[in-house]
Amino acid sequence: MILEAKSIFKKYKGVNKELTVLDDINFSVEKGEIVSIVGPSGSGKTTVLGLCAGLDNPTSGSISLAGSMISSLSENEKAEVRNQKVGFIFQNFQLLPTLTALENVMIPLELQGRAKGAKDKAEALLERVGLGGRSHHYPSQLSGGEQQRVSLARAFSNDPEILFADEPTGNLDEETGAIVEGLLFELNKEKHTTLIIVTHDLELANKTDRIIKLKGGKIVSDQTIKATAQI
Amino acid sequence: MNWSLIIKTAIRDSRKDRSKLLLFMSSIILGVAALVAINSFNDNLVRDIENQSKSLLGADMTVGGNRPLAENLVASLDSLSTERTSELELFSMAYLPSKNESQFVRLKGLTGNFPYYGKLVTEPVDAASTYKSELAALVDDGMMLQYGLEVGDSIKLGEVMFPITGRLMNSFGSVDAGASFAPSVYIGGQNIEATNLIQPGSLVNYKEYVKVYKDIDLDDWEDVRRKRFRNEAQRITTVEDQRQNLQEAFSNLNNFLNIVALISLLLACIGVASSVLIYVKTKVQSIAILRCLGMKSEEAFMVYFIQIISLGTLSVILGVALGSIIQVILPLVLQGFLPYEVNMSISPSAMIKGFVMGVLITSLFALGPLLGIRRVTPLRTLRVSDDVQQRDPLQWLIYGLIFITITGFLYTLTDSLLDAIVFSLGILAAFLILYGVAKSVTWAVRKFFPSSASFVVRQGLSNLYRPNNQTLTLIVSIGLGTGILTLLFILQGLILNNVEDMGVGNQPNMIVFGIEADQKEEIEDLTKSFEMPIIQHVPVVTMELAAWKGKAKKDWLSDTTRTSRRWAINREARVSYQEKMPVDDVLLEGTYTGVHEEGDSILISLSERYSDGLDVEVGDELVWNVQGAMITTYVGSIRKINFRKMESRFFILFPTGVLEDAPQFLILVTKSPEKQTTADFRNAVVKSMPNASVIDLGSILVTLNDIITKVSYVIKFMAGFSILIGLIVLISSLFLSKFQRIRESVLLRTLGAVENKIYRINAVEYASLGILSALTGISLAVLGSYLLAKFVFELDFNLSWWPIFGIFIFIVALTVIIGLWNSRDVVKRSPLEILRNV
Repeated sequence: MILEAKSIFKKYKGVNKELTVLDDINFSVEKGEIVSIVGPSGSGKTTVLGLCAGLDNPTSGSISLAGSMISSLSENEKAEVRNQKVGFIFQNFQLLPTLTALENVMIPLELQGRAKGAKDKAEALLERVGLGGRSHHYPSQLSGGEQQRVSLARAFSNDPEILFADEPTGNLDEETGAIVEGLLFELNKEKHTTLIIVTHDLELANKTDRIIKLKGGKIVSDQTIKATAQI
Repeated sequence: MNWSLIIKTAIRDSRKDRSKLLLFMSSIILGVAALVAINSFNDNLVRDIENQSKSLLGADMTVGGNRPLAENLVASLDSLSTERTSELELFSMAYLPSKNESQFVRLKGLTGNFPYYGKLVTEPVDAASTYKSELAALVDDGMMLQYGLEVGDSIKLGEVMFPITGRLMNSFGSVDAGASFAPSVYIGGQNIEATNLIQPGSLVNYKEYVKVYKDIDLDDWEDVRRKRFRNEAQRITTVEDQRQNLQEAFSNLNNFLNIVALISLLLACIGVASSVLIYVKTKVQSIAILRCLGMKSEEAFMVYFIQIISLGTLSVILGVALGSIIQVILPLVLQGFLPYEVNMSISPSAMIKGFVMGVLITSLFALGPLLGIRRVTPLRTLRVSDDVQQRDPLQWLIYGLIFITITGFLYTLTDSLLDAIVFSLGILAAFLILYGVAKSVTWAVRKFFPSSASFVVRQGLSNLYRPNNQTLTLIVSIGLGTGILTLLFILQGLILNNVEDMGVGNQPNMIVFGIEADQKEEIEDLTKSFEMPIIQHVPVVTMELAAWKGKAKKDWLSDTTRTSRRWAINREARVSYQEKMPVDDVLLEGTYTGVHEEGDSILISLSERYSDGLDVEVGDELVWNVQGAMITTYVGSIRKINFRKMESRFFILFPTGVLEDAPQFLILVTKSPEKQTTADFRNAVVKSMPNASVIDLGSILVTLNDIITKVSYVIKFMAGFSILIGLIVLISSLFLSKFQRIRESVLLRTLGAVENKIYRINAVEYASLGILSALTGISLAVLGSYLLAKFVFELDFNLSWWPIFGIFIFIVALTVIIGLWNSRDVVKRSPLEILRNV
């Protein structure tokens, strides 16, 4: 098991009353599994992703990620786990605007202290996502689809055990979205990475092994899809 | 920590944003430059005082007082040297027959080979060596130019006509302002007596210039004898004393300049803090991404700390270089203000001090906003709204360190911890007031929002409290800059007004002194013939204190427990007698006795300052030596004197019926209606009564005005630094605010707002900020100047509002213009182009 969430609650203090965003969430993910988390806006999808990826702390409950009890780690220890074992893809790409495409892809490796060979690996990944000729361009010089492909290359650069993707095609048109989607699944297959996707897109969700449906901060269904093999 | 990655990321990240920090850099550069320029100037001044004090004194030592040196003291001087020059200095009128003009001069009669160090510079050169042996006068070059005199013309001093044989290009021994309105005239000492100017009541100073044997330790000699000389009312001045006097004379100027430099640096620091704050805000997303990818919070902090500190240090170095260049210009600004030429050279200590202070204060001010980086959560990559900033306890540590650094720096300037703390608290209070105003403004605008106002006004005003508003930064920086500028203007105006007041209305403007008793009617008739009023015409008798409270002066002087001050004991008392107490004086104790009846005790009236100095009270006995005759008196009353009046004021007043037969002279105070009458009256007095001197207060006021103009020029030059930095802070704050507002303006444009409307929205916002900052700054300045005028300068506080109104308009207009100028490219460019780059 690579990810396990037990009795997760997330509450925010409002002006007069407490707001419960997540209400007793329990699930686990096996290594190599591809899981999608779906639900309407405000259902708590992104909050679940943030907590599972160690970007935030639950109000109560425990989360184990790649062998670490991430919910009880310090900020710096969580940073270490993210750097070593986790990859991210965001809806709005989140590339560093002052770094070139190549440098953006190199950053996770450099953070691991693996500066040697980082450049070659980053170049190969950019080549793999079809941006070999654009490695010295800044994000502002790239289109949305190209930026998301750089983001994909960055996500896989540190050979993560698990990859979190937050609406990876949400900001792209259908055609570009399909290309990015294809690349995401291909790379995932090549690298044998566990993949957690948060999405509105049921078509995309149906391409995963399992769909966890959230509503009002609760899991309303957790369904395994047999058709996974077709992907 | 992964240092190589931190440094690499710091360099990469700053690549595209360095230009955003150019204004941040320029404010540091200017702030440090001001500090270094002023400190270098100070170092050069001190060094030159060190080097030149010997030649400024002209000898190793001088001994002087208002009476000739007693025989026993002369013997004491003989043990020091064989080379000595005697000088007799007196203030007198000089008549210039070729021009039919007269001038109040400082006349020096010299014998001996003075100066022993330095050179008396004259034109022609040989005049300096011949004037002592013949009937000749050297006249101050400024006076020669003023009256159009030439070498070969004559000057009448008392009863003797002297040919002018040379122009005097420098002078020795004095750095007081008196030199400006009483120009020097040098003659041979043997010719003084013939002028007949030395009369009872003449202001005569006797001085001996001594060149000391090389093997004598002057300090030891002085330590043993200083007291003995003092008891005889003789003052010893050595080269070391002269050096200290000069340093003290310039320490106020220097402290002022240093404080201006500090304020410039502080203004620069506001620029630093606000630029860094906004820079960090623009970087929050990048920081969140780095954190998300696994960078530790302290590593992310170091990335930006290194960026800012490197640029800060580079700016400080540039500032040090610029400051060293500027200090070459300072002497040109201060020309005419210094008694001698200051040789400018690079001062390593000033550069080091500027560098250390610059880096320290820049780092501290940058650290405040940079600390926020530690709290940027990686969750921001998912949600923009999760940006709750809590108070960081480390911030308070930084504020404390800033306060300690500023206080420490001020302590090095003032040598007084109390002054340093008071000044730092003053700065802190100004900051807090401005901070309070900014906070109240955002609160008040929100609370009393004019919902029914037009769209433009509502948008402009709501910009004052919306997220990313510039209200706090701009009100503090513009307010402080305006405050300093206004304070300088007000103080300068107050000083000038108070000086000018002395010359207007019924205030006297001319004093005739040294009139002999038998010339009383003659001078009164002369004054009346010029249709001028006799405002005061009083007798003056000179006397010395011989004993008080039953003990002789000699015994008091050797009494180590005495509480009387030496100046009060030794002064040559110039006493008057009159029936009624002067109307402007205030009786504090006892009863004023105006007439002495035969057989009664003589009851005199003392000024408060004199009675305090002597430590006597009503009823105490004082015995006076009136030119040989001993007169016993008792303190009958104590008065407070009004020093703002231009009339003669007497510390000691006798009743009538005591001193009428004593040797005395008269003082007449009058008012001349205009310049020509002043000149004619002066000439008439000099011709008929060569012993009398006329002091034209009008010309003294002109001289004072001159000095003040020079001082204010220096003040303005230095204040210019502060203002320039204030403007840069203003521009940088507004420039950086553009990045905050860009999305909103673009959205408004996309939604159909026309250019003009966006300009008007911005104009409302910047005008509100300008008005509020200027008003707060001006209010602080008015309060500050009132306190300074009342408690430090003791001036009347009358404000002239027009210049202040001018400053107000200037600041508001400037804020609006810079604000609009900044927004012009957001307005001009296409929304799409900007949206892609945001």
